[in-house]
Amino acid sequence: MPSKIEPGKGSAYPRILGVGGYRPTRVVPNEEILKHIDSSDEWIRSRSGIATRHWAGPEETVAQMSLEAAGKAVASAGIAPEQIGAVVISTVSHFKQTPSIATEIAHRLGAGKAAAFDISAACAGFVYGLTIAKGLVVDGSADHVLVIGVERLSDLTDVTDRSTAFLFGDGAGAVVVGPSDVPAMGPSVWGSEGDKADVITQTVPWDGFRVGAVAELPLGEDGELKFPAIRQEGQTVFRWAVFEMAKVAAQALEAAGISPGDLDVFIPHQANMRIIDSMVKTLKLPEHVTVARDVETTGNTSAASIPLAMERLLATGQAKSGDTALVIGFGAGLVYAATVVTLP
Amino acid sequence: MAATQEEILEGLAEIVNEIAGIPTEDVEREKSFTDDLDVDSLSMVEVVVAAEERFDVKIPDDDVKNLKTVGDAVDYILKHQG
Repeated sequence: MPSKIEPGKGSAYPRILGVGGYRPTRVVPNEEILKHIDSSDEWIRSRSGIATRHWAGPEETVAQMSLEAAGKAVASAGIAPEQIGAVVISTVSHFKQTPSIATEIAHRLGAGKAAAFDISAACAGFVYGLTIAKGLVVDGSADHVLVIGVERLSDLTDVTDRSTAFLFGDGAGAVVVGPSDVPAMGPSVWGSEGDKADVITQTVPWDGFRVGAVAELPLGEDGELKFPAIRQEGQTVFRWAVFEMAKVAAQALEAAGISPGDLDVFIPHQANMRIIDSMVKTLKLPEHVTVARDVETTGNTSAASIPLAMERLLATGQAKSGDTALVIGFGAGLVYAATVVTLP
Repeated sequence: MAATQEEILEGLAEIVNEIAGIPTEDVEREKSFTDDLDVDSLSMVEVVVAAEERFDVKIPDDDVKNLKTVGDAVDYILKHQG
């Protein structure tokens, strides 16, 4: 007979209790992007729906933006920082690999000895983090989990690449997941498609900068070493995002037992307005569903985009606490994750 | 039953009308999707996916960039339809 192991005593019903966001103070209009590329405001708006984005200044580090967003999320959840049992941070633009940024945030936020770690799931990172948080709360390994999506994608933007220079933005979004009396989070429908790893990717791996590591070092026109940037195959990403991700979104609704008519809010990853519009059409969402279109003034902030959009919808009264929302993240990997949640 | 050249042209015209709002009679063989019909690279993906469903054909991304004119698309579908 094996020894009896006590299972965890968590909450059967995890819920997003609070949300917070941080947008860098500097707003970058398309006119500024056009200094480096041969394009036009009209072209950028028609291809992406993006008019402005926020780019972080030197003081607005990944850590600082995370702390700002986390502080708001914790206050909005109505808990004390020391009640946080785990901190999960999703980012692809924190350039010190170890230790994780999550341990620093747990410490500086006053979360005591909370478990803390970073994850890498690009633009699906927030919903991946949410999925982990849900499991921890159900399992009882943590009462409250802080999930942060944070990016400084301006650091990974090739300002001379006319197909991506205008896309990316910086910012942080955070939520606290904790116990609830009623069901408030559906199952996650998630996965990866590693056969499409080249579709969205960092141009050069960090060790590519070692002399002799690659045949040719990444050099710009001026002969200087060129910092890595994010590149993507636009048409392939568009087709996958619109048509494959619509299927995943529909599966998440079905898994949660929610019909499109029951849905109040749709918060897709804010990659591109054209993707959002086309997804809404493909999903045949009813007119009454509020759709997050934060990308217009925020750009694509990868892991931060969903909580930032969620926070804005609630702050502007377009959505309200208790609304049923479908969230879906998708991006480099390729990876994706969708779930249905009750808004905090 | 496989669609004829005329049926494919007619179907494409309806798709382009639906996606880009171009009158169906303006969708002619020699017209360029981007230059004449206001179908940009992203709308082209929508046109392609709609055409795949309608004509039971697979049009991989690598082939999409070769479809410059309506005639290119008609010929491709004629050749590859299931």
